[in-house]
Order: sequence, then structure tokens, then C-alpha cells
Amino acid sequence: MANAIEATDLVKVFKGGVRALEGVSLAVEPATVFGLLGPNGAGKTTAVRILTTILRPDSGSAHVLGHDVVRHPEAVRACIGLAGQYAAVDENLTGRENIRMVGQLTHLSRAEASRRADELLAQFELTDAANRPVKTYSGGMRRRLDLAGALVDRPPVLFLDEPTSGLDPYSRAALWGVIEDLTSSGTTVLLTTQYLEEADRLADRLAVVDHGRVIAEGTSAELKARLGATVLDLQMGDDVRAKQALGVLAARWPRDPVLSGTMVELQLDGGARMVTEALGLLDEADLVPATLALREPSLDDVFLALTGHGASVEPEDGVGAAAVMAGATAGGRTSRPRAKEKS
Amino acid sequence: MSTATVAIAVPAAPKERARMTPWRAFLDILVVTERNLIAYTRIPESLFFSSVQPVMFVLLFRYVFGGAIKTQIPGGYVNFLMPGIFVQTMAFGAVSTSIGLAEDLQKGIIERFRSLPMARSAVLAGRTLADLVRNVFVVAIITGVGYAVGFRIQSVPGYFAGIGLLLVFAYALSWGFAVIGLSAANSETAQVMSFPILFPLTFAAGTFVPVSSMPGWLQGFATYQPVSEVVQSARALMVADGPAANHVIASAAWCIGLLVVLVPLATWRYKTKS
Repeated sequence: MANAIEATDLVKVFKGGVRALEGVSLAVEPATVFGLLGPNGAGKTTAVRILTTILRPDSGSAHVLGHDVVRHPEAVRACIGLAGQYAAVDENLTGRENIRMVGQLTHLSRAEASRRADELLAQFELTDAANRPVKTYSGGMRRRLDLAGALVDRPPVLFLDEPTSGLDPYSRAALWGVIEDLTSSGTTVLLTTQYLEEADRLADRLAVVDHGRVIAEGTSAELKARLGATVLDLQMGDDVRAKQALGVLAARWPRDPVLSGTMVELQLDGGARMVTEALGLLDEADLVPATLALREPSLDDVFLALTGHGASVEPEDGVGAAAVMAGATAGGRTSRPRAKEKS
Repeated sequence: MSTATVAIAVPAAPKERARMTPWRAFLDILVVTERNLIAYTRIPESLFFSSVQPVMFVLLFRYVFGGAIKTQIPGGYVNFLMPGIFVQTMAFGAVSTSIGLAEDLQKGIIERFRSLPMARSAVLAGRTLADLVRNVFVVAIITGVGYAVGFRIQSVPGYFAGIGLLLVFAYALSWGFAVIGLSAANSETAQVMSFPILFPLTFAAGTFVPVSSMPGWLQGFATYQPVSEVVQSARALMVADGPAANHVIASAAWCIGLLVVLVPLATWRYKTKS
């Protein structure tokens, strides 16, 4: 059994006909971090719930360390840890009691569970709060406790369902550090996220999920490469000129240019020579851009190219999923994904 | 944060600890029971308020309505009333099983339990067992309140036999309310769903007034339904109100019947809940 996690054609349809998964296949090598990237409702959590034996798939199969999740769920449960986006910790128990309970339910002895609880509380900087009921914890503390609970039995395979969603930047960075520590010590991790930055930073390989399907898979470098190389941003100054420029370039360019507000984005697969070509074309049409910039494609670009909508799920400007591939609609892509901009 | 001391290759064989044995299932049940009991001590309000209601009922029926209710029972109406109060309190208390489970579902705790290599039965068994322990405390409180307002048992063994019977009955009811808790969308709904079942069972019964004072069409139901049988058994056992045997047999039959139906039903509901 080469892969730590393997899923083949998982399908799950919920009551009411919601098609959460439409044939998802995954393969995760041991001691690597695999990122499942997608917007809300893409099916990420459903996939994790199937792989952790919480849900049964309607069809398809999945194995964790060679154990079939449907036929031998108890064997799967014995070798996994799960930390979820809802931080499944008991509010009425203290932090220590929470971890000890999980330890005992994974059949550590009472003494061993207590010892592990102290160790993990220290590791996750929760020792001071160890004897306080969890209802007094902050969001970040709950997530850390949840993750600590998932690690009680030192599981070789760890599932992290949106481990940092809703956390402030400081807590997120701290949690990233913890996850990196874990993965560097040989744990296989499958994590889901809607944050491209997170996937890019933590995951060795990525699968982009949208509407219950894997629409792309590879390393983040491979995914970026799929979009071609460098992107040229041409700031045209106003809508009219931007649309004119789009028209001029669309007629002559091998790849469709993308309109983003008053900016035209052009992919350059032919190197620097293409910059002069583009500028030449625009010059002929008397459409010299106000400013221009060159950048590497971000995962946001990959996501946009793959799904036809941006990856940003909280539509700050009220657009979100309605954001459109340019070239198709004149309004262009108004929700510029906010994640990192590589200079 | 320090680096985790995790160094694991890919273990091929399932761990020995993954194997479920009856002993491990039993330990799992104890762990979950303990967890639920700790929660009760952390929210003492819940135990307090679940005792306030029966105390109000005791006072209401003992001093407000009691004078108008005619009974022929040694010791007067208070001895008629208290066994009824015990059973009513147990029945109303069973709602906490449904609320607790609905909350656990809502908060994702059950999701975590499902991903652990623990006994599947432990969540429900641990919940109902914790509620049984809680009921023991409630019974002690009600007994004290009863004594303060003039309730006198006729025999100590009879009292304990009565308490034993009603705890078993309460345990059986808990499984029914577990089904409700697992079916409700949230704890509020669980509570609302419970009352239409509880009201007819506890009031259309010989709990507070003699069944003979009810209209004929209601007497059949009010005599033989489970709450009424248990009340009549408890009354016969605790305050020597007539022969107990028939009521105890009927009550035991109800308890067994309820458990036989409700335990598998709740377990099935838990397994299929997604």
C-alpha cells in the first residue's frame, strides 16, 4: 500500500438531492501534506467526513493506511486524528478534561491519557488555561485544543478540516507553525482550506475542488504552471480604453486576455518578446497603457482559470461567486482575489 | 511551540487497541457517563431548575389544589401526591436526555466521537446512564421536600422498591427521549417536541388525582398507560395503598417493552444520523 490515503470515485448525495461529491479521487503519499482547496460548499468537508468514517459514501471507495473506510471503519479510526472547523470540544469540560477524555476513548490508560494531556497542553501553550472550562476559551484556543485532542494517540494520519477558518492572523500563523512541526515529523496530513495562501504554504500537493469534483491536481508550482508563465497587467485608465484594448488584444493574442476593471491582464507564454508585441499592438491602436506591471501567476489566477469564479468566498465587494471570467462579460472581474500578491 | 515527538512510518496492521471488546465498550460508556456528569456539575443551574419545578408542583398540589381532591389513602392527600410527583419529575427530567444529545450533535462533539475508535454504543449509553445518576440525586431532593410537607412512607423496603422501579422506568424513558434528541434539529426543538408527549402521559394519569374522578372515556387510558402504572406501583409500595403486585408486573412489562423498542430505535437513529 503505497498511499496513506486513497479515494476512488467518491459520490455522496444528501437528502434533498444536494450532490456534495460527484466522483472524487485522491491519492496522498505517506508523510506528505495534501491540500484540498475549494470554496464553501465545494464538497471538501464531505470528503473529509467520508475519509474519517463519519459518513458513508453512496458509491466509490476509500482507504486510509490500507483500511477500507466502509468495511473496516474501526481500523481507520484507530489510526486517524480529526480536527474540524467547528472545534468539537466540550465547553463544559476543562481543556485537560477534554484531552483526557479523547485519550481514554482512544483506549489509552487513564494515567497515560493524563500524561498525554499535560504534554499536549504544554505543546499548544494551553497549560495556563488547562483547568478552566473551555467555554472561557477564545476561538484560537479552542482550535488549538481541538487539534491537541486529535493528536492524543499520535495518529499517523491527520485530517484538518479548515483548521484556521475564522481565526485572526496571529492565531492562524501560530497554528500554521504547529501544523508544520507535525508534518516535518512524518505525519500524513490532509487539510482542507479556502485560503490559497494556506494551501500554498502548507501543502506538498493540492487538489482544487469545485462542485464536488476535483478540477485540478498537482503541486502548487505545477498548478501555477498550467496557467502559463508571467502575467502582464496593463492599466488602461478607464473602462472604454480597457475594453478597446481587450478587443485589440483578443483578436491577435493566443490566450484570451482578462479584463479586470480598467485593467487588462495578459498571459505571456512566449517570454519578454511578447511584452513588446503587446505594447506594439496597443500602440498601433493608440491605446498606450497608463502603467504596466509583470507578475507571476498566483493560485488565485489558477483558481479563476479553472473554475470561472474567484476563490475569495467572502465577497467584500458583494460579488463573490458571480465574479466572471473576463472576455465573456464586459463588467469584468470585480472581485479581485485578495490573497497574497507576489511582487 | 515545541516540535511534536511524532515519528511514525506507515503501520500496516491495525493496532491491537482498535479491537473492540465488551470490557472496552464498558469503559467507553463510563468515560462518556463521567463526561456528562461533569457537565451537570459545571452547570448547577440545570440541576437546580430541574428541582425547582417539582418543588413548585409539590407546593401547588399540596396546599392549593390538594384540599379539593378526595382520596382514601392513609396519611391523606400528600401521600397520594408524592409518588405521583416522583414519577412526573422523572418523566420531565427525561427531556434532559433529548436536550443533551441535541446539543452534542449541534456542537460537533458527536462528530468527534464518531471519528474515535470508541464503542458506538457509548454515546447513548453514557448519556442515559448519566441521566440515571442525575435522577438519583433528584429523587433524594424530592424525598426531602416531601418529608418537609408531611409525606410519610409506610415501609423502608417498600420505598426503595418504589424508587428502584421508577428509576428503571426513567431509564427506559430516557431512550425514548434520546430518539427525540437525535431527530431534532436543535436543543430548543428537542424540548418543544418533548412536551406534547409528556403532558398527556403525566396528567392523564393517576398522578395528581384519582383516575376514578375522570370521565369514563379517559379512564381506560389513564389507568393502563405506563406513567399511571408506575405511579400506582410506587404508591402501593411506598405508602401501602392497596396491593402492589399487579401494578408492579404491569410497570415492569412496560419498562421491558419500552427498552426493547426504544434502545434499538435510538441506536438505529444514531447510526443513520449524518
